[in-house]
Amino acid sequence: MILAIASGKGGTGKTTVAVNLARVLERPVQLLDCDVEEPNSHLFLPGGTIREEAVSIPVPEVDESLCDGCGECGRFCAYHAIVSFRAKPLVFADMCHGCGGCMLVCPKKSIREIPKRIGTIERKQAGKITLVTGRLDVGQAMAPPLIRAVKERLQPGMPAILDAPPGTSCPVIAAIRGADFVLLVTEPTPFGLHDLKLAVDMVKELGLPFGVLVNRAGSGDDRVHAFCCESSVPILAEIADDRRIAEAYSRGQLIVEALPAYRDLFSKLAEMLLADHSSKGG
Amino acid sequence: MKIAITTSGSDLGAPLDSRFGRSPKFLVYDLDNEKFEIIDNQQNLNAAQGAGIQSAETVVRSGAKALVSGHCGPKAFRVLAAAGIKVYTSDAPTIAAALELFQAGKLKEAVGADVEGHW
Repeated sequence: MILAIASGKGGTGKTTVAVNLARVLERPVQLLDCDVEEPNSHLFLPGGTIREEAVSIPVPEVDESLCDGCGECGRFCAYHAIVSFRAKPLVFADMCHGCGGCMLVCPKKSIREIPKRIGTIERKQAGKITLVTGRLDVGQAMAPPLIRAVKERLQPGMPAILDAPPGTSCPVIAAIRGADFVLLVTEPTPFGLHDLKLAVDMVKELGLPFGVLVNRAGSGDDRVHAFCCESSVPILAEIADDRRIAEAYSRGQLIVEALPAYRDLFSKLAEMLLADHSSKGG
Repeated sequence: MKIAITTSGSDLGAPLDSRFGRSPKFLVYDLDNEKFEIIDNQQNLNAAQGAGIQSAETVVRSGAKALVSGHCGPKAFRVLAAAGIKVYTSDAPTIAAALELFQAGKLKEAVGADVEGHW
């Protein structure tokens, strides 16, 4: 069972929900921090050993002695990562998505791929939680390949929670694609509602089953609830707008440990969403 | 010799656009016959990335041997330099004013990008 925690708007509580669900599960679980531009799940799960490995994407390297400057590579590349003027193609490795297309279309076979480091994957064990964190190197723009590399570390047979990046763009798609269920975390504010609508459209487009968690319930207005009701989007849980939660969060504490009153809410949600009887070997 | 100038307008009185990669248009002026053509660059206005590279390719294809703009980023400069196009930055208010400065030899050739990407 792979559960993705996503949202349109940032700062609605994805990580809070992800780490607390992982903690209350009380059986081995994988937590994958796919918010590789600013991973933060690890802040709530201290201890354990850390292993780190580098992740690279393939980028083109041109052998100018073989290149006749035909320009096929530049015409193929949708991202202008390789630009050809006569016999001297220019490679912009930062723009490269690593698809390998330029290498395939080159009639002279003058392009080969060399690895370019984009980030790291860290692994640590915090009790029953195996945390896998992707961390994009500063200055790198290509999050999706690193997110896919994080997901390749998924071990079948153990439930997994994916902490997705915010938004509805490529990194989010890379994170939630293939999940068995997507939990969309929102807040009852105009911004929360606006971005929730985008997120709902996104998961519908991907054909993924989903539900909504309303965080900071009671803080804004009732339009998120009205939207969910009108659109037949299930609200699976609500977390109250409680200052003590923010205080615990600011100290790096888990809600289920600092505020036991909320334990039940997370336990029920975890059982509902990560039950054993689900698909994909989970 | 042709010279490309960034602009949002369509004639010599139009303002010089300070951006290169996301300039709405290029006015390509032919110094030999004093005629010009307008090349649309709208496709790059909303590009997430790669606008400078694509704009530079457009300028290369226009046949221009020099470019006058407000600024030029690193990737665009690399493409323009590879194609042998000289880059001049100017804060002239209009295309006509920029052309006058160019012809008077008062514009200094840039030796590298003068701004970061996505400035």
